[in-house]
Amino acid sequence: MELRPILSAMRRNKVGAILIGVQMAITLAILCNALFIIEQRVALSKRPTGTDEANVFVIVNQWVGNPPDLAAKQQGDLAALRALPGVVDAVASNSFPLHNGGSTEGIKLTPDQKNESALTALYFSDEHGLNAFGLKLVAGRNFNADEVTVKMGYTDFGPPSTIIITRTLADKLFPGKSALGQSVYFEGLPKPVPIVGIVDKLQVPWTQAGGWGSKFNDNSTIMPFRFVETYTDYIVRVKPGQIAAVMKAAEKSLIDLDRARVLEKTQTLTEARAEAYQDDRGLAIILGVVCAALVAVTAFGIVGLTSYWVAQRRRQIGIRRALGATRQAIIRYFQTENFLIASAGAALGVAMALGLNLWMVTTFEMERLHTSYAVIGALIVLLLGQLAVLWPALRAASIPPALATRAV
Amino acid sequence: MFTYYFSLALRSLRRNVVLTALMIAAIGVGIGASMTTLTVFRAMAGDPIPNKSRQLFAVQIDNWGPRQGVVIGDKDNLQEQISYPDAIGLMNARAAQRQSAMYATGFSLIPPNPELRPFVVHARAAYADFFPMFEVPFRYGGSWTAADDAGHADVVVIGRELNDKVFGGANSVGKTMNLDGHDYRVVGVLDRWQPTPKFYDLNNNKYGKSEEAFIPFTRAVEQQLGSWGNNNCGGDTIPAPGWEGRLHSECIWIQFWAELPAPADAARYRTFLNNYAAEQRRLGRFHWAPNTRIRNAREWLAYRQAVSTEVRILVLVSFSFLLVCLLNAMGLMLAKIMGRAVDIGVRRALGASRRAIFSQCLIEAGVVGFAGGLLGLGLTLLGLSGLRSLLSDDVNRLTHFSAIDVAIAITVSVVATTLAGLYPTWRAVQVQPAWQLKAQ
Repeated sequence: MELRPILSAMRRNKVGAILIGVQMAITLAILCNALFIIEQRVALSKRPTGTDEANVFVIVNQWVGNPPDLAAKQQGDLAALRALPGVVDAVASNSFPLHNGGSTEGIKLTPDQKNESALTALYFSDEHGLNAFGLKLVAGRNFNADEVTVKMGYTDFGPPSTIIITRTLADKLFPGKSALGQSVYFEGLPKPVPIVGIVDKLQVPWTQAGGWGSKFNDNSTIMPFRFVETYTDYIVRVKPGQIAAVMKAAEKSLIDLDRARVLEKTQTLTEARAEAYQDDRGLAIILGVVCAALVAVTAFGIVGLTSYWVAQRRRQIGIRRALGATRQAIIRYFQTENFLIASAGAALGVAMALGLNLWMVTTFEMERLHTSYAVIGALIVLLLGQLAVLWPALRAASIPPALATRAV
Repeated sequence: MFTYYFSLALRSLRRNVVLTALMIAAIGVGIGASMTTLTVFRAMAGDPIPNKSRQLFAVQIDNWGPRQGVVIGDKDNLQEQISYPDAIGLMNARAAQRQSAMYATGFSLIPPNPELRPFVVHARAAYADFFPMFEVPFRYGGSWTAADDAGHADVVVIGRELNDKVFGGANSVGKTMNLDGHDYRVVGVLDRWQPTPKFYDLNNNKYGKSEEAFIPFTRAVEQQLGSWGNNNCGGDTIPAPGWEGRLHSECIWIQFWAELPAPADAARYRTFLNNYAAEQRRLGRFHWAPNTRIRNAREWLAYRQAVSTEVRILVLVSFSFLLVCLLNAMGLMLAKIMGRAVDIGVRRALGASRRAIFSQCLIEAGVVGFAGGLLGLGLTLLGLSGLRSLLSDDVNRLTHFSAIDVAIAITVSVVATTLAGLYPTWRAVQVQPAWQLKAQ
């Protein structure tokens, strides 16, 4: 295919070609960044919590006033919950994964260490915790009943006797060796705390992309506290398939037990997940819609402008046909023209995409764009151009050679 | 002349319906996408208290000292809240015209009607200055007094919704309300008040509803009402157990705002704060050079990054999208105008000035922009209802479309399309009448 006539034709129609090329470049820049964000947010919202999510629900319980016998009331509640048919276990906790609220602490390996070795989310629960959350213990053991102490609200800073930590946290604190039996120090507490167990996974309560917790997503510590507060979360695990029925029964049994309370929220962890990642899902869907619209607009723009070019060159095309050019050659002419514009646009677009991503990395603390996205984006844009140009090109090919002999 | 050009524009647009429809559709879709996100962005980035946002200052005092700790990533070694000792120190000094320490708390409310179940009321503990300082509107009654602050009085100011719920919307001033088993006397009922974002406490639900009950800070502390907001017990010292331990600790959980009307007041307050921190150092509480800061409401919102990353990404993407749509329309307009080169040549030959051609083409672009804007408005409404179903309730509150947004959408559309029409118009003006006539 001879490129020269195409190039010289384009030179006479610079602005139109530039407009299409720039449009394709911006489309590419947005497209691959948007696809990248969509992929990241989808991956984010699928992160496992480490719990038996399908079979766990949470009741957020708040006592009215400040009843003096809070600890006994709480134990009464938990006994009632555990007695319900279909319940595997129940525990009171300060927080739960996907809750987006909780406590954090810095961990040190020696008491006088200046910088923390790691940040960890704290979950307070007694020996029922592992079973109620449905966590998988991979090393060591569960808390013994005699290790559990009472923690009277958030202002009680008594030290834990032992802890269970997640595998990720264990690997971070003691890389290459077993964390089991090792001791760590919590900020402000002079006493070493031994690690008695390691669970496979337990996500921190925070889920926001780039937000608090995103840098230590799997660093969690369970402290053997019976957490006595007016505001606690009851974590209830049920036998498979019974969650809806047990939830209803659980609310009723708590209210029957004592009416002086507010059950602020009763939800399954599945519902908590949908709620926690709602904005991520929303962002992904909106970006998807915008991408589709963007591709459509660019395609129609190419169709429109190329159709105009075809109309403008009807006579010349007729002459070429009369001089022996086949329909194929005419189609190829417009395809090649579009390919040249799209290639220039794609080259510019890849540069813009990387620049845009770099800017987003610094301002939004986003991750670096994977090169494959730029390549995929460039291919999409090239393909888009070819598809969009097809219809006007076919129209051009149908121009009869006889046109050349007629006066305009 | 305008009406004539306008009718010419309509006639010209009718001549090539497909091209016209493509242009209008491209602009409409671009305007729809960008206005949808702009509406949310404007609500998020809006000034919640426009009359006073440069006179209200959030106070920061470093009570933890310089830390090498890299794990907790604060930007300038300043905490976003202050401790109880500092709150009391600043309240006692009363160095600003108005000031209030405050924190988020809450109650379970036991309705007088025993049939109804108790429910949770989100509340704020503050000083009397809170209401005049933030220009909080009252429907009935008013704020409590400084004497109530000093006397730890059992008084409450309630929100309009709570008043509707408990007292049926009647004037409830003087009535009592049982909060967590204690009776409080209602002294004021607010009118609708919803600063967005909730600038005075951005820690939780920054676009959420404002509190439904307000009680004196002093009373809340005496009542040992815990903080329902963000509590951070960093620093080197471990608090003693219990409520007293919390009060004397370096835990941060209190927001502090001061009203400083003139720049000179702000300068004076800065000096005062530095002196305060230096004094704390002399007393042996701080072991470091004073590090304090005041930021006005606008600076505070920027510092705390009140606009969510998601929305900023969407605004960026949708405006790039609008740009693509405009480039698109520009290409189509160019095609259209060059296709009419002969007409233009004839008009020029018959005596039309370049100026006349110029205005005629620009008016045509403006008409396309206006039509695109109307389509864009429809798409914006559709987009916003889409957002409402996709995003969390918090963000949903920000999807109200007002008359101003309508005006913005139409203006942006007309102006942007006219700008995009400038180049094609310029090309039209360059048409040489002689050339066109010769070709005929």
